[in-house]
Amino acid sequence: MSDSRVTWSKYSSPQALYPLAGTLIPWCAGAAILFMAAGLYLGFFVAPTDFQQGEAYRIIFVHVPAAWMSMLLYVAMALWAGIGLGLKARPSFMMAQAIAPTGAMFTFLALLTGALWGKPTWGAWWVWDARLTSELILLFLYLGVMLLHASIDDLRRADRASALFALVGVVNVPIIYFSVRWWNTLHQGASVSMTAAPKMAATMLLAMLLMTIGFWLYSIAVILARLRCVMLERNRQPRWSQSAAEQDVKEVRA
Amino acid sequence: MMWGSFSEFLAMGGYGFYVWLSFGTTALCMVWEVLAVRRRQATALQAGLSEEGANH
Repeated sequence: MSDSRVTWSKYSSPQALYPLAGTLIPWCAGAAILFMAAGLYLGFFVAPTDFQQGEAYRIIFVHVPAAWMSMLLYVAMALWAGIGLGLKARPSFMMAQAIAPTGAMFTFLALLTGALWGKPTWGAWWVWDARLTSELILLFLYLGVMLLHASIDDLRRADRASALFALVGVVNVPIIYFSVRWWNTLHQGASVSMTAAPKMAATMLLAMLLMTIGFWLYSIAVILARLRCVMLERNRQPRWSQSAAEQDVKEVRA
Repeated sequence: MMWGSFSEFLAMGGYGFYVWLSFGTTALCMVWEVLAVRRRQATALQAGLSEEGANH
């Protein structure tokens, strides 16, 4: 028991996390490029034309992964925020802070690509349907978390306030997810479900999954890179940041 | 191969504008985010360097 606690504190400390993140970033980024390349190839050259939606349906290969990431990243951010509040652990708050911009970006992309799909398919860029409205609220929640954090000068208070905001907002995620079932929405129901067989061609599904894994790996890489920035910005004086960042400092000087 | 020519591929059965704007914006956002984080890292390291210099 005491051993596991030692390991936990060891890996959650900035001096261990900074180089660990540095080693993980290139691997995640490289894998992300491979998965996205495979997904794009399948999506554009192997997956057949949809008999109802024509070629416009190919937008789902970027729309669905972006929408999934927008929800997944919010849950991850709220989870780190909760851990930060519960354990008073500063690295957890840094993690939540590092996730927010990427989550906001994917939410924006899900809304934009959804509009670009909606116009040719439904004949409207936007409708106030439960799925679309709750996804728009998700974007405001991300922006709210970021603005709240930026508007409070005292870092500890900024961390706690934005973490609480993020935690309260997490109720919106199940609303987005189940909106197509709870309300009669224009947005179509889930094409992929845990319980039923997927209602789409196998190659379409595979392309979508490859793109999702690619987006997921991309998110890990860019969030870890931002986590390193947050760590450097917060720890300018302590000794660890000098030793941990020594390698990077050499690169900058060279 | 399901595309007869490159222009047919670009046209996307008449939906080219919607398809390419979707994929293009997503790609631009990702590239921009990576560059922004790199700039932020360089700025943070430079700030650390100048403070280090001021302390000694």
